[in-house]
Amino acid sequence: MTKTALQFRHNGRDVALFVDGGVNLLVALRESIGDMTPKFGCGQGGCGACSVLIDGELHLSCLTLAETVNGRAVETLDGLKDGPNLHPLQRAFMEQFAAQCGYCTPGMLMAAKALLDRNPSPSRAEVIEAISGNICRCTGYEPIINAVLAAASGGRARA
Amino acid sequence: MLELRKDIFADERDDNLKEIGRGTQRQDMLGHVTGTSTYFDDHKLQGMLHLKVLRSPHAHARLRRIDTMEAERSAGVRRIIRGADVPRNLNTLLSLINFGKDDEPSLAVDKVRYKGEPIVAVVADSPREAYEAIAKVRVDYEPLPAVFDVEGALKPGAPVVNETYPKNTFVYHDVYDHQKLRFGDVERGFAEADHVLEQHYQMSPIEHAPTETNGSIAAPDTNGRYVVYTSTQALFFSLDTCAKILDVPSNTFHFIGGTVGGGFGGKVDTLTEPLAILGAMLTGRPVRYQLGREEEMQFGSPRGAERIYIKDGVMRDGRIVARKIRAYFDSGAYTRLSSYAVVKCVAHLPGPYTIPNVHGDVYCVFTNRTPATAMRGFGVTAMDFALECQMDKLAHLVGIDPMEFRILNAYRDGDMKAHRREAKNTALIECVQVAAEKAKWPLREEMRRMSSRKDGGGSRAAVSPTPLEPAPQGAAVSQQRTTYDRAPPATIQPPPPTPTPSPPRPPAPSPSHGATRFSSVFGTRRR
Amino acid sequence: MPVTVKTFANFGEAASALSSDRSARYLGGGTLVMRALNEGDVSISTVVRATDRALTRIDVASSRVTIGAGVTFARILAERELAFLHAPARSIGGPAVRNMGTVGGNLFAPSPYGDFTVALLALDATVSVQGGLGARDMPIEEFLQSRERQSGALVLAIACQRPASADAFRYRKIARIKPKGGSVITLAAHLPSSGGRISGARIALGSMAATQIRARAAERALEGRSLDDAAINAAAAVAAEGVSPTDNALGSAWYRREIVGVHLRRLLSGLE
Ligand SMILES: Cc1cc2nc3c(=O)[nH]c(=O)nc-3n(C[C@H](O)[C@H](O)[C@H](O)COP(=O)(O)OP(=O)(O)OC[C@H]3O[C@@H](n4cnc5c(N)ncnc54)[C@H](O)[C@@H]3O)c2cc1C
Ligand code: FES
Ligand code: FES
Repeated sequence: MTKTALQFRHNGRDVALFVDGGVNLLVALRESIGDMTPKFGCGQGGCGACSVLIDGELHLSCLTLAETVNGRAVETLDGLKDGPNLHPLQRAFMEQFAAQCGYCTPGMLMAAKALLDRNPSPSRAEVIEAISGNICRCTGYEPIINAVLAAASGGRARA
Repeated sequence: MLELRKDIFADERDDNLKEIGRGTQRQDMLGHVTGTSTYFDDHKLQGMLHLKVLRSPHAHARLRRIDTMEAERSAGVRRIIRGADVPRNLNTLLSLINFGKDDEPSLAVDKVRYKGEPIVAVVADSPREAYEAIAKVRVDYEPLPAVFDVEGALKPGAPVVNETYPKNTFVYHDVYDHQKLRFGDVERGFAEADHVLEQHYQMSPIEHAPTETNGSIAAPDTNGRYVVYTSTQALFFSLDTCAKILDVPSNTFHFIGGTVGGGFGGKVDTLTEPLAILGAMLTGRPVRYQLGREEEMQFGSPRGAERIYIKDGVMRDGRIVARKIRAYFDSGAYTRLSSYAVVKCVAHLPGPYTIPNVHGDVYCVFTNRTPATAMRGFGVTAMDFALECQMDKLAHLVGIDPMEFRILNAYRDGDMKAHRREAKNTALIECVQVAAEKAKWPLREEMRRMSSRKDGGGSRAAVSPTPLEPAPQGAAVSQQRTTYDRAPPATIQPPPPTPTPSPPRPPAPSPSHGATRFSSVFGTRRR
Repeated sequence: MPVTVKTFANFGEAASALSSDRSARYLGGGTLVMRALNEGDVSISTVVRATDRALTRIDVASSRVTIGAGVTFARILAERELAFLHAPARSIGGPAVRNMGTVGGNLFAPSPYGDFTVALLALDATVSVQGGLGARDMPIEEFLQSRERQSGALVLAIACQRPASADAFRYRKIARIKPKGGSVITLAAHLPSSGGRISGARIALGSMAATQIRARAAERALEGRSLDDAAINAAAAVAAEGVSPTDNALGSAWYRREIVGVHLRRLLSGLE
């Protein structure tokens, strides 16, 4: 099979790899780089478990042809912590009981980060809109929405 | 918000609750928010192959010919697996507890019985190469008439879905085509009742839709063993099922699981492990078999549909005097766990109410739909929905407030339940009272003073005379061997079908399996 | 055959690569192409990409706006001059799908998708297509009717006239899941008027036939009239004329026929 060379920034670090033709970014991240934080839930764009940021924008890695991120910056949940310190969103998810099985959590956190990076104090409606592409089958959305709002106000309080 | 009502039944326990009522951090939460919780698919193994399955596009068809010649030669293909490669290509999940006959192949051989049924598995270097090979498998189907309706499946002349159960019903105790509950005389109850209400309820199948689809990775380990990473909700149950299907001792496997990306009952069926392990056995390489979302919807079992008929006799003063229920569980093409759901359902009748005459008939029916399985309270949930709809309608019929109507009929300590067991530790009255209070729903003073511990027993503990019914005619054929699927090795299986009905007897399990007995399945509770 | 990805810096080269290979598929945002590949669609063996900036250009300088086929919905939402297209753009997918999905891909998206195209049909857009034989502009209606035969051609851009006022263009998508969900019905209406009378009404429907279609009988019912209750009722009464919806998980054909008039009435009377 023909392999294509690919270079991009992965959570602030330059990576170079070879991918099979037609492979999506989710597979490239998981199988070539070993970053298991984005999850496969459907491969159809329907669940959001594979959500990552590309140049700061929310994308579905399962629907992204791997080669299209050449030269761009990809962020995943693996890069959310600051050293040993949890991101405010991670702390809020823990405190607000915003995960049960945890499978949607990586995608939820990235969708929430995409929101807060642009809009540090969103309304409840804006939070709902921001995570509308992410399905959680266990927790129920209320604790997740509350966690994002808590992280947002926590951020404001510190600022 | 959480509120503990310690005032209710306070004398029945020491008030020393230390955990209940206060928050506790989940032990897996840190892993979840950092993405380090390890699910089955988060294992990267050297040289891993990918398994994909060719599935039936027909709900019911004979397989005239399966030609894999061209697929074998397709690029990247390591192995094609067919039914004949599966050591024991016939199983039923609850055979591990001696319940039911083997009725489901891992890969269909002579017939497919639902849309999505697996026929051929391809193990290849990449998913793409597996898909390309699948496109090259030629299957010659002869479509057969299909049946999708539970009552249609019971009509004479209906297509036989699953030859193991030629009447399209699961067979209990080798004789009975359904589960029965008889308590008192409902016909007499209806004759005495002021009103009789007969209603019909139909539920749809429900997909669990876990965010993580079903899947597993199997890899050769040292000393001839295999390590299996799996999404299963039932680790040891799956392990034993694989040992049976692959015909090896269960200590061949090291199953690793526990972190499940949502299950809700949909990950107890051992859907992927047997083929993943077989792939690893046949290639000597790690093999990954993960369902796509569409496969999860079509092949992963749903909560089964149920059709329920309820006929109630009620007095003007609100007492329900007779309840007759006939219900059909749509098991789909194979048993999986529906046989057990029916037992649970009958054990739940007539709901949490004291009714002197109860009559229940519940069937586990085979149709050409995706096999059904466990889901959050299966066997009880749909029946409860129907019963509580019925309670509202009855309350309306006799002009009594629906909350009060439930309090009136709720069972109390000392009452006789339809299963001929005394009701103990009942609490429905208090639940309704608190629910009414929270909802600001007015209850009359008299109703607010009622208690589960008062006025039970006495005449409410009587078992009314119950008419006897004739025993079923003849025994059902026991452990019928279907002509459509390859028979497992004869040494560890019961004998082939006999032309005359054999007397009821438990199926003979292989010595290494089925040591457990799960008594509630048989309806013989220990207490 | 494994998948080969061919990336071109120039759209002309991409167009010829596309027209010369039947198993080639153009990759826009990829939300539908990648999904097909993920699900094992082996009919696609070549993926063609173009990085040409011409495809992602937005031109709003005049009363006629031009939008490159590779423009995403998120970019339309960020463009104040395209406010009239914000409602249709916002109605698509969740935020990630809007960051990825393109106007060009939407022209090919099968039902229940293709919401943005409903808006473009009501706006009488033209589609610039680069085929093996060169570029040409075609009316969107003609494009949609021959969509099957367009595979192999590259869409470069769409262009349409800016509506005279915010009120002259209306859009409504009926979905069961909010804020994200496939369309039960999508409706768009362009109602140019002169002297208080409607002239050249365009009403477009999505999920009511194999492709997006115009509700011609309803358009005729409005022609030359003012948008009063009588005209609205007349249009709603004939909204289902010429439609051929199918059953899917989001709604039955019967249901769609029943409600199309109801929603057209609400759209025209400006009700939420
Ligand atoms: C979760 C989810 C939700 C969605 N919700 C909606 C929704 O609410 N409404 C809606 O309308 N759609 C929806 N979609 C469908 C889809 O995302 C959009 O229709 C989008 O506009 C498709 O654009 P794309 O660029 O991603 O298409 P692609 O996947 O890149 O392409 C789709 C098709 O168009 C062809 N194509 C693309 N660009 C060109 C071009 N320039 N020239 C020629 N051919 C081209 C491709 O070859 C392919 O056949 C949804 C999709 C997902 C996964
Ligand atoms: S796996 Fe990408 S959206 Fe579900
Ligand atoms: S926690 Fe299980 S899907 Fe969200």
